[in-house]
Amino acid sequence: MEKRVHFKGWFLPVLLIAPQLFITAVFFFYPAGTAIWWSLFNPDPFGLNTKFVGLANFEFLFSDPYYKESFYTTAIFSVLVTFFSMGLALFLAVLADRLIKGAGIYKTLLIWPYAVAPAIAGILWMFLFDTRTGLISWYLGLMGYDWNHLLNHNEAMGLVVIVSTWSRVSYNFLFFLAGLQAIPKSIIEAAAIDGARFWRRFLTIVFPLLSPITFFLVVMNIVYAFFDTFGVIHTITKGGPGQSTTILVYKVYSDGFVGLDLGSSAAQSVILLVIVGILTILQFKFVEKRVHY
Amino acid sequence: MVEKKGISYWLTHAGLTSGVLILFFPLWLAFVASTVTNEEVIHPPMPLWPGDKLVENYSRALIKGDSGQTSASVARMLLNTSIVAIGIAVGKIAISFTSAFAIVFFRFPAKNIFFWLIFLTLMLPVEVRILPTYEVVASFGLLNTYSGLIFPLIASATATFLFRQFFMTVPDEIIEAARIDGAKPMRFFIDILIPISRTNIAALFIIMFIYGWNQFLWPLLMTTDTSMNTVIMGVEQMIGGQDDVTPWPVVMAASIMAMLPPIIVVVSMQKLFIRGLTDSEK
Repeated sequence: MEKRVHFKGWFLPVLLIAPQLFITAVFFFYPAGTAIWWSLFNPDPFGLNTKFVGLANFEFLFSDPYYKESFYTTAIFSVLVTFFSMGLALFLAVLADRLIKGAGIYKTLLIWPYAVAPAIAGILWMFLFDTRTGLISWYLGLMGYDWNHLLNHNEAMGLVVIVSTWSRVSYNFLFFLAGLQAIPKSIIEAAAIDGARFWRRFLTIVFPLLSPITFFLVVMNIVYAFFDTFGVIHTITKGGPGQSTTILVYKVYSDGFVGLDLGSSAAQSVILLVIVGILTILQFKFVEKRVHY
Repeated sequence: MVEKKGISYWLTHAGLTSGVLILFFPLWLAFVASTVTNEEVIHPPMPLWPGDKLVENYSRALIKGDSGQTSASVARMLLNTSIVAIGIAVGKIAISFTSAFAIVFFRFPAKNIFFWLIFLTLMLPVEVRILPTYEVVASFGLLNTYSGLIFPLIASATATFLFRQFFMTVPDEIIEAARIDGAKPMRFFIDILIPISRTNIAALFIIMFIYGWNQFLWPLLMTTDTSMNTVIMGVEQMIGGQDDVTPWPVVMAASIMAMLPPIIVVVSMQKLFIRGLTDSEK
């Protein structure tokens, strides 16, 4: 896509584009290049004894059971978060879409968690599930269930999924509601007149029409679960117990900044870079499809 | 459209209300905890209704932080976070607006290369290149500075992409008319482009403000000096380890204050916020 009419000159546009180019070069391309470079080396944290190791860092990672486990953890975590946050959001959006009056109030009451930082969401919930003083864990204890997400792997995973879902529902709700409201009411009414009940209308008309938004949200939620949930995991479990909630981005952080294993951390960054690249391409394909409707 | 006051009407409201209650549940208990004494919180079950220590807990958090052991005062952290969030929003909008203007309205050598260089950065979060970015910022001596907190986070193309999409919809006739009238590009930029982009700029500002306000990992690594802490990471630092006693009422007061500004922005400017969200992510 190009405009037909342009202003003349080259100096001004280069000047206008320079600030972004400069910042992108210094804080994006240089660090990303460094990550790729480091991933081929085995640097020690003090820079004294760096040696070229080729793809050994990657070979090591793919044979490292901890890294494989982290991949597996990330897959489970992002599938659960995507499924629950989208399911709950779709449910609420369908309900809100049925209302003529009052939908606006519910919207206001349902979107605010978007503004809460994942780390703060983590703090709010870990307070309630605190093994010694938390209200929910206390009531669970009363019912004979001994909650301890600091020891139990499944409980730790369950808790970070709950919190990440809580903090993501608003986002998905807004997109689903916008999608539902964009469906022409005449189509739904025609189906209703033909005698299609609510569920039938939903499954045969509404859900298929929502599929572009659903696909978009699946990609965005995977990206969210991969990266934005760092704050949730850091405040609640710090990746533990064991490695049970160490998702890939958390491993980049803990191997790099805590373990000071720069080569491995850089190689992990490169792998994440590739994953994000694939997701971005998927997303672009989707945008194109929408434009050609 | 299915608006009969039958059973389905009430079920609809019941469903939505339970959704709202689930979302509010942790917020309410955090608020309650911020108004009582630590004694009441650490001996479960904690109260479910606010106590009378609201002023005490909030002012202690605002002025002293967690009694001054490891954290700055929340007032200081809120100031830092405001500067960083506004810096990120303004910086990102400024550089993207001008570069989108150059890309759309000019034809110049190597334009496509510039274009793709910028667009390669789409969607790549700072978490992925965190270690090398840290090195860059450290080598510039920007650790514990506002610049160090702001600049790495504005190096992405989402806003450029959005402005480009919007500029493409500006009719060619307007540019032609401006050129016939002898308007220089910067005249056009100031008198026409900025005014017609006002709503987009405002919507994007809200999204970027929230993004900047809620940053966690980057400030966590960057600010070793507590006086430079931002509020999101600062609150996390107030929580004691396994063996320490966490001053929960103060932590919860600080958490409430940390989330209130972005919540107010989202709720009070809902229309712009939703527009910004749907524009910037599509």
